[in-house]
Amino acid sequence: MADPVIETRGLLKSFKGLNALNGLNLSVPAGSIFGFLGRNGAGKTTTIKLLMGILKPDGGNARVFGLTATDASASVEIRRRLGFVSEEKDLYPYMTVEQIIRFTRSFFPKWRDDLDRRYLKLFDLPPKRKISDLSKGMRSTLMLLLGISHGAELLILDEPADGLDPVAVEDMLRELVAIAAAEGTTIFFSSHHMEEVEQIADHVCIIDGGAAIVTGSLDDLKARYQRLRIVLGEELQATIHWVDGAEHVRQEGRSVEILASRNVDAILNQARSLPGASVECFPVTLKEIFMEHARRN
Amino acid sequence: MIFRLNPSSGVPIYLQLMEQIKHSIETGALRAGDQLPTIRKLSEDLVMNPNTVVRAYHELQHEGIIELKHGSGAFISESVAGQARVTRKAQAIVQSALERLMSLGLTKDEARRLFENELALLRAETNSEGGKNG
Repeated sequence: MADPVIETRGLLKSFKGLNALNGLNLSVPAGSIFGFLGRNGAGKTTTIKLLMGILKPDGGNARVFGLTATDASASVEIRRRLGFVSEEKDLYPYMTVEQIIRFTRSFFPKWRDDLDRRYLKLFDLPPKRKISDLSKGMRSTLMLLLGISHGAELLILDEPADGLDPVAVEDMLRELVAIAAAEGTTIFFSSHHMEEVEQIADHVCIIDGGAAIVTGSLDDLKARYQRLRIVLGEELQATIHWVDGAEHVRQEGRSVEILASRNVDAILNQARSLPGASVECFPVTLKEIFMEHARRN
Repeated sequence: MIFRLNPSSGVPIYLQLMEQIKHSIETGALRAGDQLPTIRKLSEDLVMNPNTVVRAYHELQHEGIIELKHGSGAFISESVAGQARVTRKAQAIVQSALERLMSLGLTKDEARRLFENELALLRAETNSEGGKNG
């Protein structure tokens, strides 16, 4: 597999003695749509600022395109090759859509006129309208357009769907998959909404307390995690010692519920070998995985 | 072709898409030689990750259900031509199994849960085997 587009190792950052990042490891594969999921205050925006070279880490390292994000000259190169859609969505309010396109274009020698025209039409943006008169969703869309048109290989979006109504969220997600499908751009977006991430991401990282608690391909996670419900033939007095991977075991009378994070087949075999046991197996949603880990922390 | 996916379910989306394509073949909505939407079109229409469409198409190709022709897209293979007939046969098996379950006094809901449970167990086994190999 190609080198990861973004890679962090043991990233540390604290503000006034409070740990925002607590040894974050992150690996974003090229060409992926990567969902960076966490509660408010989990460290998502801090991570993005470190990747952009806006903040300096207290420890560990962050690489984007294989370049060290903290290095000043590398950071210029990194920012040239990525597009950023910020939470604040701060653009020049007095410019019109077409003015900001022309303005931004002048900074990027590799600007793609074909792309700005294509996405202006596809995303249905009004060229003559002032930015101050655009809806929040349209402003995000405009920032996406600017990013993709300057030939970005990577789009970083900080809570792109925040404050958007459900229709605008769906439009935004459709725009992201359209870009990924047509240009092969790597997309890294943060969110605290499970549904957005589940809908379009192929890789996820769940961050909590400044560290990654779950990370990997979404398909693999869904395959690895299973919930087993076991009804025993008779009530067992002793606690059963389950094999590795049985994360959360609740035993009440003759009922046992297990959240398996791996080794599902071994746990299944063990469950079936119990006298008179009937076993049921259910898929686990990303939300359940998140809640399970958040509860433990 | 109309597909409906549920991203929030615990079932991987590529599996859901594969299932729906197979179901369409079984019902005759898709036939041998029919062309499937391009990766780009399907991912935009369903608002899903293009890599996920690629994965579903590759797995279906691996199973011999579709053929990927470079540059021209994905087509239902000729080998599924007899599929509708097999499905009718299978339907007869399921019908007689259900009749026997009913004669044991099981309700429809109980029968459905038994089927679902067995299927879920099978799925868990396949998944964990896949995890080991991958």
